[in-house]
This record gives sequence, structure tokens and C-alpha cells, in this order.
Amino acid sequence: MGSILENFTSGIIPMEAYIFVSFIMFFSGIYGFLSRKSLLMVLISIELILNSADINFAVFNRYLYPEHFEGFFFAMFTIAISACETAVAIAIVINIYRNLNNVEVDSLDELKEPEASDEK
Amino acid sequence: MNYSAFLQLHNEMTLLAVIVILLVIDVFSSEKGYRFFQTLALILFSIHTLLNCVPGEPFEVAGGMYMYYPIHTYIKTILNVGTLIVLLQAHRWLNTEENIIRRGEFYFLTLSTLFGMYLMISAGHFLMFFIGIETAALPMATLVAFNKFNNKSAEAGAKYILSSVFASGLSLFGLSLVYGATGSLYFDDIAKIMTASQIELIGFAFFAVGLFFKISLVPFHLWTPDVYEGAPTSITAYLSVISKGTAVFVVFTIFVKVFGVMIAQWQILLYIIIVLSITVANLFAIRQQNIKRFLAFSSISQAGYIMLGVISGTALGMSSLVYYVLVYMFSNLAVFGVVTIIENHADKTSIRDYTGLYYTNPKLSIVMALALFSLAGIPPFSGFFSKYFIFSAAFKEGFYVLVFIALANTVVSLYFYLKVVKIMFFNQSENPIERISTDIPSKISLIICTLAIVFVGLVSSIFEQISVLGFGI
Repeated sequence: MGSILENFTSGIIPMEAYIFVSFIMFFSGIYGFLSRKSLLMVLISIELILNSADINFAVFNRYLYPEHFEGFFFAMFTIAISACETAVAIAIVINIYRNLNNVEVDSLDELKEPEASDEK
Repeated sequence: MNYSAFLQLHNEMTLLAVIVILLVIDVFSSEKGYRFFQTLALILFSIHTLLNCVPGEPFEVAGGMYMYYPIHTYIKTILNVGTLIVLLQAHRWLNTEENIIRRGEFYFLTLSTLFGMYLMISAGHFLMFFIGIETAALPMATLVAFNKFNNKSAEAGAKYILSSVFASGLSLFGLSLVYGATGSLYFDDIAKIMTASQIELIGFAFFAVGLFFKISLVPFHLWTPDVYEGAPTSITAYLSVISKGTAVFVVFTIFVKVFGVMIAQWQILLYIIIVLSITVANLFAIRQQNIKRFLAFSSISQAGYIMLGVISGTALGMSSLVYYVLVYMFSNLAVFGVVTIIENHADKTSIRDYTGLYYTNPKLSIVMALALFSLAGIPPFSGFFSKYFIFSAAFKEGFYVLVFIALANTVVSLYFYLKVVKIMFFNQSENPIERISTDIPSKISLIICTLAIVFVGLVSSIFEQISVLGFGI
């Protein structure tokens, strides 16, 4: 911990700081995905997860393997693909809004396990 | 850059040509020409299937990002045939009044997902793999939500896209850790550098969870029954066979090729997941009343059986996996064909509605019974042979207890498969489904499936052909 603080004061940001941020983003994304009530917030949580992976790729590339650009390219492609994902997901959410007039997760309860049956 | 290298990817290129031709016709054709759209689509796709069914020599394109091995031709041909059958079964559904305006989109989206699956199968780099998996998943979500005025379909679409994007987010995070530990994303390079250190194991765990979501193995299966029930039936068939078959094949190649160092660890992981998948899915299948939910749980347990080929990690495991996918495809598509026909004509999806089907529609119920026998693994249908090969592949690697559990579960699955057969043949209904006369494309698809169910197992040269090229990795 001491060395990290020393690096901060000297102006060099250590790799651990970035990884720390990306892990916080990742796990808060998972938490948000499981706990949010609105579909839009769930989508934003997923974006957090995808972006934390992008940060990881960029940071690992910059600090550990600066001779190639594989991580940067991967992050670029991932950003584009996650934009597509969001576009499709938003389209589906808008469709749900048209059908049900809200975007709450709880209102998506038409498809579920049947009650225990007594037929033989 | 040498663009002529792209010509080597003839499977992808012809599929792309089919997609572009269909798109252009869909947008620009006259009213008169549009009547032949579906026939044209089927003919073009059949030509594409026939052109690409002969395996060639291994090669790689784009510096190893795209790898071709002869076994890829087999798995891609299986997917092509499966897609063709789904297109045949969807023929009538697409001609209904509400869908006639969206026909072009259906073909465009279905073939796009197929294109993504090709990329997944032939990937030699994680970027290619990731692009493939997303190209397959995103059009799939729109297909699931295809009936956009239907609440169920929209809900299924939302559930599918959210869980699928969440899964690929987990995969991606796992991949970033693997990249951090090894410094490369090429399959071959990673395999050389990897030492099964702790960070690599964590990365692998995240990555594997993302993939298991796609195959819908227990405990990552919770989206499956809802999505299968809500999606249009032809799409459900596509999702349960083509999408699953691809994912299983890819899991095998990636686990063996990239994460081969961790074989001891992932065998334990798979062991637990296989036991859970087969047992839990079988127990849940018993209590289902909706036929599509029932088939969803049946497909989860079948996925568990297919993973027995992966856990062995040998050439025999690979060839019996491809063979199992082939047989499973025909059996499952036959069941879905019957379900689609009955849903289209009588609008009934509950298992109870099938009571006494034999007395009004003997041909349909016989096809359904044969397919269910094959899924349950009763000799002499091909399902028996595929189960036999996949069990022996796992048995040879010493998984005696696992194979025994799988065998015991086969008996459980026999119960619920045969319950449907019993309802169709031996129970009388007061309100039976009326006599149905189906359209020609559905008939053709059912005939193909039935012939395959009976003969694929008996013609032993098919398995031998696959096993010659077995270890295509």
C-alpha cells in the first residue's frame, strides 16, 4: 500500500489502481444487474461490466505488453459490439414499453414455472 | 493485404452471397416477383449447403485468426441441414397475414446468426470468436422477439438479450484476465504460455460461465424455459439445435486447445455441471405442462449428455460429440416440426392437448413418437447409438460413476418422454385436435427427419466418416 501511495505522489499511476477501478466497476455491474428494478438500469449495469473488461484490456496492454496492440484492438472492437448490443436491447425494451406501458423488471412475469400440478 | 485469401473461406462467402442476394430481392423486387421469394431462399440455401459439404485441406487465414480443419466442414454441414429444416418448417408460419411483410427479415436474421456461428467455429483468435458469438447472439434476440405485438415474445426477447449480454460480459472479463496473464489472444500462443496460474484459473472460470450460459447448462439455465416458451416455435427449434450445437462444439475446441493445461481443473468443473444438468433438468421436465417448456428442459438434459463428449477431451469424444449433435438435431427438429404444425393449425401448446392425437393425426403422432424414442435413446433408433458412443467416450477416460449417473438419468428421461407417447396413443380425448393437412415444406422436413432418425444410426459409415477426421483441432 505504501508503494502505491508513493507512486501517486510522484505522479506515476500504478497498474493496480486501474485494476482496482475495473474490479469495482465489474462487481457493481453484477450487483446492479441482479438488484435493479428498471430494465434501463439493468442495461446500464451490463455496460459497466463490458467497460470494466475494456479497461482491463487497455491497461494490461499498456503496462505489461506494450510491444503489441492486441489489447487495444480488442477493446476497440468490444466498444463497437457493446454499442450494437445496447441498440438491440433498447429496441426490445422500447417494444416492451409499447406493449406494457412500463419497463419494470417485475412486470415481465408472464412466462414462469407453472404451479405444482395435481394431475396424473 | 492479400484479399484473395478470403476466397478460401468459401463456406462463409457463399452464405454471405445468399444473404446479400436475399436482402436485395427483399428490398427491390416487385410484388409479382416477391411471391417466389421463399422458394428462391430455400433453393439458394440448398445450393450453398451442397457446395460446401466436401471437406478440404486444413489452412489458416489472416495470420491464424481463422483456422480451417476438415471437421469444420462436417459441423457446418450439420448446421446447414438443420437451418434448412427450420426454414422448411417456418414456411407456413411466415405466410400468415401478420408475418408476410416481415418474411425477408426472418431469412436475413436467421442466416446472419448462422454466419456468426461459422466464425465461432473456425476462430483461431479470441477477437474472431467474440465477434462470432455476438453476431450469432444479437440477431437471435431480435428473432426471439419477432412477434412484436405479442407480450410473451417481447418478454422472451428481453430475457434472452439481457442474460446473453450479461454472459458475454462475464466471458469478456475472464478473457481480459487471461490476456493479462499470457499477453496474447491467439489460441495457439495462449496454449503455449499458459501455466494454470491462479489468475488464469479465475479468468477461465469467468469465461466458461459465459459459455455455459449459451449452452444453458444447470445452474446457468434459468433463461431457457422462459425464452423457449415465449419465442415463435420455429425460432425455438433453431435456438435449441443450431445455437446449442455450435456452442458445444466451440466449448470442446476451446477447452482442449486453449485451456488444455487446466484439464484436471475443468474436468472437475464439468463433472459437477454435467451431473447437475442431467438430474435437475430431468426432474423439472417431469412437472411441465407446456410442450415448449418441456422440450426446453429436455434440451438442457441433452446438453448435459453432449458435455460427456467434452469431458473426455479425446478424439473419440470429439467425433461422438459431432455425431450426437447430428442425431440430436434430427430428433429434436422432428419433435419441433410436429409442435409447430399443431401450433399453427390448432393453436395448442399444452401437453394435455396432445391427448388422443393418434386417433385424429396418426402420421404426425408416429413421427413424434419416433423422435421421442430417439431422444430417449431406445434402440434401434439413432438416439441409442449416439448415446452409446458418447457414453463409451467418457467411460474410456475413467468416468465410471459419471456414466452410471447419466445412465440412471436416461431411465428417468424415459419416463417423461414415454408419458407424452402414452398420452398420444392410449388416452382418448373429448376434445381432440382435428385432422390436420399440412403444407408440403413441413411434410418434406418431417420426412427428412424421420428417415434420418431411423437410418443415421444403422448406417455405420456415417460415424466412421466423422471419426476419420475426428480430432480436427
